[in-house]
Amino acid sequence: MTRRVRRIFFLLSAVLLIAVFWNGYSKLPPVGALTGTYGDVVNAITVPERHITDAVTAVNFDIRGFDTLGEEFILFTSVMGAVLLMRRQSDEPGGDHEDRARDRVVPNPSDAVRVTALLLVAPTVLFGIYIVAHGQVSPGGGFQGGVILSTAPLLLYLSGTFGQFRRAAPQRLIAISEAIGAAAYILIGGACVALGGSFLQNLLPLGQSASITGGGTVVFIDLGVGLEVSGGIVLILLVYLEELMEEKEG
Amino acid sequence: MEALQIAILLFVAAAGTAVVFTREPAAQAIVISFYGLLLSIMFFLFQAPDVGLSQITVGAVALPLMILLALARVKKQGRGKIES
Repeated sequence: MTRRVRRIFFLLSAVLLIAVFWNGYSKLPPVGALTGTYGDVVNAITVPERHITDAVTAVNFDIRGFDTLGEEFILFTSVMGAVLLMRRQSDEPGGDHEDRARDRVVPNPSDAVRVTALLLVAPTVLFGIYIVAHGQVSPGGGFQGGVILSTAPLLLYLSGTFGQFRRAAPQRLIAISEAIGAAAYILIGGACVALGGSFLQNLLPLGQSASITGGGTVVFIDLGVGLEVSGGIVLILLVYLEELMEEKEG
Repeated sequence: MEALQIAILLFVAAAGTAVVFTREPAAQAIVISFYGLLLSIMFFLFQAPDVGLSQITVGAVALPLMILLALARVKKQGRGKIES
């Protein structure tokens, strides 16, 4: 394809895209003026019926909790896939892949980076736990807090060595906690069925609104998701870094 | 629409274009991180703070990190293969 043909092709498709996009965009209601009733219903019931002040968490972990179960297992399955693909096989020739960069020089992080990363480790852990625990109260929750938590061992690696990363987050422990987090969701749902309700029905005492104990089962689902997400991301980081480190040694 | 919302939409458009025009993969990972940060501010300004938080953690931290980790492992190919 010559440059000229490509340009004509681009202009044609750009005009088409703009036309279709503008047609859809011009018929949208103005920002913040949706006409659906779902939002009104959710806003009306989250505080009185669920004791949750963050409506998004109420929707994700209670009202359509079953969808979130599926979403969580998308992440779980992708992590499993990545770990499976990157695993070390016993008959694999050590350190000899043709796509491996041999001549790359890995610069050591500067002192400023090391000190900043080290200072950030503890606040990151605290902030992650805060975001996970306050999912029912304010924006955030298990997913966001989980990703924040998973960056803590990475900061440790930035300020020190990979050995310290591995000691702070041993692979077996991380894998087990990820599995527990994922299983917790199903077990909580199953427990609701065992108690005579429907799957993931909020049967626990609702607790006090606007506190970290408010929301009944949502509190525990949130903690489980936090464990699953942080474990999953740390596991991916571990297998990636392991691969890099072997290259350094080999 | 408020001025801030219009401004952030323009910034997002500019940053998205910048991501496309950055051809060096390592530099692109950094630009995409900045783009992810702008997207999260956009979500926040359109009153979706939950989505904004997810966007910060995934778009500005996790995604560029994965790209960088993969890049660190793979050998550089000869340039000019994609362009013709």
